[in-house]
Amino acid sequence: MYHKTKPYKVFTVFNYTFLILLSLLCIIPLIHILAVSFSGKAAANANLVGLFPVEFTLDAYEKTLANENFLRSLWIAIQRTVLGTILSMVIVTLAAYPLSRESRSFKRRNIYTWYFVFTMLFSGGLIPFYILIQKLNLLNTMWVLILPGAVSVWNMILLLNFFRNVPKELEEAAFIDGAGYFRTLISVFLPVSMPAIATLSLFSMVGHWNAWFDGLIFLTDHEKYPLATFLQTIIVQQDFSKVSVRPEDLENISQRTIKAAQIFIGMAPILVVYPLLQRFFVKGIVLGAVKE
Amino acid sequence: MLLPAVILTFIFAYIPMGGLVIAFQDYKPWLGFAKSSWIGLEHFQFLFSMPENVQVIWNTLIIAGLKLIGGLIAPLIFALLLNEVRKETFKKSIQTFVYLPHFLSWVILGGILLDMLATKGMINQFLGAVFGLEPIFFLGDGTWFRIVVVTSDIWKEFGFGAIIFLASLAGINPALYEAAEVDGASRWQQTWSITIPALIPIMIVVGTLSLGNILNGGFDQIFNLYNPLVYDKGDIIDTFVYRVGLIDGKFGFSAAVGLFKSVVGFVLIVIAYRAAYKFANYRIF
Repeated sequence: MYHKTKPYKVFTVFNYTFLILLSLLCIIPLIHILAVSFSGKAAANANLVGLFPVEFTLDAYEKTLANENFLRSLWIAIQRTVLGTILSMVIVTLAAYPLSRESRSFKRRNIYTWYFVFTMLFSGGLIPFYILIQKLNLLNTMWVLILPGAVSVWNMILLLNFFRNVPKELEEAAFIDGAGYFRTLISVFLPVSMPAIATLSLFSMVGHWNAWFDGLIFLTDHEKYPLATFLQTIIVQQDFSKVSVRPEDLENISQRTIKAAQIFIGMAPILVVYPLLQRFFVKGIVLGAVKE
Repeated sequence: MLLPAVILTFIFAYIPMGGLVIAFQDYKPWLGFAKSSWIGLEHFQFLFSMPENVQVIWNTLIIAGLKLIGGLIAPLIFALLLNEVRKETFKKSIQTFVYLPHFLSWVILGGILLDMLATKGMINQFLGAVFGLEPIFFLGDGTWFRIVVVTSDIWKEFGFGAIIFLASLAGINPALYEAAEVDGASRWQQTWSITIPALIPIMIVVGTLSLGNILNGGFDQIFNLYNPLVYDKGDIIDTFVYRVGLIDGKFGFSAAVGLFKSVVGFVLIVIAYRAAYKFANYRIF
């Protein structure tokens, strides 16, 4: 009934307008940077570019993709994302299964759960962690980007909660058929948990792709920087000393359109997986966060 | 099956906790833990005796506090407004746009913001053209820097933060609204006496849990936006630990600051979880 009242109609018009403006606000910065990346150098430097490219050209992308440093860091980022996601998902799944069992059949369940959860609440902090990595001789290796974050306690809890909702009968049927724990996990739990596994994998991928700080502090060899770290030094810190550029390239790297192109390539994979992600995550997050 | 996770957690989470002993030492990397001399609480005394150091704690509290308030209110209002939208496709498209910034890293967004907030950047051009304002030095002025940090954080996260409120809104029994409508309640009255009370438990959960994070000002964001000009008002505990510890090499002092943060943070989080459990029956697992 209230739908038909006049004040509510006025409100609806304002509400729709406001929401449209709000969502534009969220993507305008991205559109702007895309427009700059496709614009001519002169127009970009004179700040003439708004939301549409001026003097359209692919020049910035050609130069970016011809840049060895950029390509190498891109390749390292891809390796890191793939390896890191697989390793993390295997370890997290293996741990979530036993932890999802009832305390009756797995007596020390609570002890182990708290063992993991405690690390979410308290940590040694940056400096002791750095010293540890140094002592383990992990500096300048791919492992330092992959191993420390492999046990994602958060993902583990989400998956554990998901496993708990798998009907008990399925598991019992598998045991009666003579399957062991491993077999049951692989043939029963994994297939029915695909939505959860997919969500967490996508989260893990996004996390690895975006991670830059570990690269910055643990990779003293700048040729091993993954893309996010590379972009951080070039675009944010504007520190070219770390990426071995020839003086004649310096002008190219600091050019505004090229920075824009690099930023855009840096977020392109996220924009690609985003639609997939969006379909899953609402369910996944709510499942893990809101419980009655 | 638990073994790999147990071992990795032990190495990368529990061993560093042991490394915190250096907070009580005059740690020299070439001497190691065993031979460095013990100095007791000297680092902590230093932390609270220097005005610059105390300023860092204040900065963290102010920035995190403002983010907490904005980060609770903005998603809530957005969720309420979106909830009034009847057209499903419209709702879905809005959601697609506003969730997006959450997935981009602060490196990317920092790069974009540095470009847009420059004195000749898009935002200053816009302000100049529409309001005739002189260019503002957003990232070079302490006060403006804080405003930028808080606003851009709310901008990045409000959409994503609204998910949890939208889920709760979807869970409200429609019969309540129908009954209210029969009784002649206006939409505003319905919102006030049905929707808001139904959201209070989840507001308490979100609020208390973020209170546990009050010492986290957001390292990624600050680190990617700040510069020496705004250290006095923009430096937070985490960026301070990084600069003093890894850049200046004062490992012991920096670890002490980190330990201070971890202990206070731990106490706050435990209290927050207890409160969330007590008042809203929230449990993590």
